[in-house]
This record gives sequence, C-alpha cells and structure tokens, in this order.
Amino acid sequence: MLKILKYSFYDLIRSRWTYSYGGFYLLFTLSLLWLSNDLSKVVISLMNVVLLLCPLIATMFGVMYYYNSREFTELLLAQPVRRTSIFLGQYLGVAGSLSASWIIGVGVPFALYGVFGSEQAGNFAMLLFVGVVLSFVFSAMAFFIALKNENRIKGFGLAILAWLFFAVIYDGLLLLSLSMLTEYPLEKFSLIASVMNPIDLSRILILLKLDVSALMGFTGAVFRKFLGTGLGMGVAFAVLLLWVVGPVMGIRRVAVKKDF
Amino acid sequence: MPHDTFLIEEMISIHHLHKAFGKNHVLNGVDLTFDQPGIVAVLGPNGSGKTTIIKSILGMVLPDEGIIKVQGEDIKGKWLYRNQIAYLPQIARFPENLTVAELLRMVKDLNTGTAHDSELIEHFGLHDFLDKRLGNLSGGTRQKVNLVLTFMYDSPIIILDEPTAGLDPISLVRLKELINQQRMKGKTILITTHVMGLVEELADEVVFLLEGHIHFRGSLQLLKSQTGEGNVEKAIASLLERRDS
Repeated sequence: MLKILKYSFYDLIRSRWTYSYGGFYLLFTLSLLWLSNDLSKVVISLMNVVLLLCPLIATMFGVMYYYNSREFTELLLAQPVRRTSIFLGQYLGVAGSLSASWIIGVGVPFALYGVFGSEQAGNFAMLLFVGVVLSFVFSAMAFFIALKNENRIKGFGLAILAWLFFAVIYDGLLLLSLSMLTEYPLEKFSLIASVMNPIDLSRILILLKLDVSALMGFTGAVFRKFLGTGLGMGVAFAVLLLWVVGPVMGIRRVAVKKDF
Repeated sequence: MPHDTFLIEEMISIHHLHKAFGKNHVLNGVDLTFDQPGIVAVLGPNGSGKTTIIKSILGMVLPDEGIIKVQGEDIKGKWLYRNQIAYLPQIARFPENLTVAELLRMVKDLNTGTAHDSELIEHFGLHDFLDKRLGNLSGGTRQKVNLVLTFMYDSPIIILDEPTAGLDPISLVRLKELINQQRMKGKTILITTHVMGLVEELADEVVFLLEGHIHFRGSLQLLKSQTGEGNVEKAIASLLERRDS
C-alpha cells in the first residue's frame, strides 16, 4: 500500500491542479492577512471558506482521480499486489496531496505573520486540522462513490450531490425542522444533528476553540456545555474519525467484490 | 524445439468458469487447460468473452462459478501468483505526471525477481524518453513502454491482449522477435487479437470462443484441415458460417 501511495503522491504533487489549489490558498490567505492584521478574524474568514471549499475540491479531485487512473489501475491489478492496497494507496495519495496543498497554502503565510508563539497558535492549529480532516472525509466519500459507479457522469453527479447535501441541504433541513418544532426543547436534537454532519461538526469545533460560541445563541451554550467538556471533545473527535473510517471501510468492501 | 524448463504440471487450468455481467452471460462453463509451452491465440468475435477469460486468470474479474488454478494453485483471493504472469493490457494509460523511469521503478518495486528492463529499453529505443513525463508521450511510445513493463520479468506465463494496437512497423517486427524469443524459452503465451496474420505467423494453437463457449480448440493445421480452408481468416469465417447454417 505504501508503494502505491508513494507513487500516486508523486504523480499528484506535480499536477497543475494541486499547484493551483495550493496557490489559491496561498494568495487568499496572504491577501486576508494583508487586509486585516487580526489573526483571529482571518481564522474565522478562512473557516467560512474552508468549510465549503475543502469538501468540494476533495470531492471533485477524488472522483476525477479515480476515473482518470482507471486504465492504470487495471495495470496495477495485474501486478502481485493486494486489491485493497491499490485503492487505499491511491486514496491516501489523493487525500495526502490535497492536505499538503492546504497546509502549505495556508501555513506559509501564517508562519510569515508569526502565528507560532502567538495566542492564536491553538486556533490556527484547529483550523489546519479541520481542513485536513475534511479533505480526508470527502475524498474517501468521492472514491467510494466512484468505485460504486462505472458511469462517470453518474458518479460525478452523485459525488457533487453528496457534497451539496452535507454543505447546504443538511443545514437547511435542520433549520426547517427547528423552526417547525419551536414548541419543543430541541437542544439535544440540534446537538446530535450537528455532530452527525462532518462540516457542521468542524464549524462548531473551530467556533468553540475561538470562544465565540456566544454568537450561536442559546444552542451555543448547549454546545459549549457539552463539547467544552473532555468527554464532549472526545466524542467530537471520535465522530470525525468515524467519518473517515466509514467511507474507507466502504472502499475496501466494494474494491474486494468489484470486476474490472 | 522449446526446452522443458517450465514444464511443471498445468500452467493454467480453468474449470467450469461462469461469469455474467447483469443479465449478460459472458462465459457459460468454460473448461480450458494450458499445459504445453507455446503460443495460444484466443480468438472470437467481439463480446465472445476473450477479455473476460484473461481478466479472470488475472483475478481482475471474479468468476460467478468455477475454479481457476495457476501452476496448480487455486487463485481465489490470492495475489502473489501474479508474479508468475506477465500481462499486456489493451489500453495503455499511465499517471500523467510520472516519468517513464519512475513508472519502471514503481513496477519493479511491486514485483519480485530480476528485471531485464535495460535490454528492452535498448530494444525499443526508449532511452531518450526515460525522463519524459508519461502524459507527453505519443500513443505508440506509450505502447512501447507498456511492452517493456510486460516483458521485463522472466515470468513463465505471458498474456497479451491485442499487443499490436498502435505500433509502428519497426516496433511490430521487434515485438514479434520478442514473442518468439519467449517461446524459445518454453513459456506459455496467450494472445488475443483480431489480426489473423499475426495468428498465422505466431500461434501454435488456436482457441476459438463463441458466446461464452469454446467452439474450437486445436493446432493451426487441425483448424485448416477441419474447415478445408487454406488460411486462418477463412477457416475462422467458415467456423462461424457452419454454426449459423
């Protein structure tokens, strides 16, 4: 698996998509830092972008990479390698190169502005972490969907739909149900519902870290009360981890049974 | 005459192989064994199951029913046996941003045994392309790279899926030389092709597939004498006609 990972990482790290993606973050972060010298504000602005963009790009990249390397995958399948190693290696190559673009693109400007050693270091670390996790979650989902669908257009459509669901539709449904059920105590429900969505969960983790949960009103207080505790944090990280492990298990399961 | 270095029982044996993709029954109980060294041409119209048989031997297609053994070992769920098989896929597409040298290194990393890649690079004149990215190569050059990957290990079994696609005449001659060399070493070589001239020139034996069954198997002479035709092309056509009538 590590051998496959190594070479697909080599391949991807030199692709112009990876460069443009990393370059975008670099320019964007630099201009934000230049416009506002307040590191914590920049972290919040970046958060809003990252929560949409990291999942979207990871989804598209994952699907594209799988379909583009279809013929090469066939060549690999004829080599004395275990099937699951091929697909997990390729997945980790994609997720790894996306994370590298993200970390370098955002990390370099922040490092130049001296984030390390400032009081914002913790918040920044959380932002970096969330971006990496989201890249891993959504590229795994994309790989799983692409493996399941032989038809490229259908695979691409379903993957984008999955992104749309978690990024937009889910929140819409949540808000709708909250406004329809205002009569009932919904703190627990909204807490659980938010934790179930990796994007929402990531947002909450950053906001709590930044200590601006007051912005979220009464629900914020509930989140604070639960996620502020060691147990709550543990649960949050465990759920994020599950969001990576789940699709990866799916990839393994499909890869073992599929005909090429 | 091929000498008998690789004459270890049956190289490949396929027993009662069934495979359907959805409602499309591609293979309906195929029994095939390859125990003699030499070149076997696997022929048949499009959709007759040639590629499916080959991919089943390689473990890329998983059979619905039936047993496939390579050198006496059931291949189900195994992967190390692929060290014994060299495979040339039909379409050659590689990661665009890797160089030829890196691709060779990757395949060497995945295989055990000694690679004879430098002779082959010489043979196909690929020296100047080693540091080029695979995405910038022409189709013919990619096919040459593909051939180097296939022939660089001394595997007792060689499977070639449409090996002549996209090759210029010089490389074609080189390829035939290469295949003949391998035959002399006493290997078992399976070739699928639609080019009957290649069959006539190279094959010792023909397997003719039709609708997922083996319709004919035997030497070129047997094929010709059974059909009463002088060349392979006509013999195959007459096999098809005879079935239709």
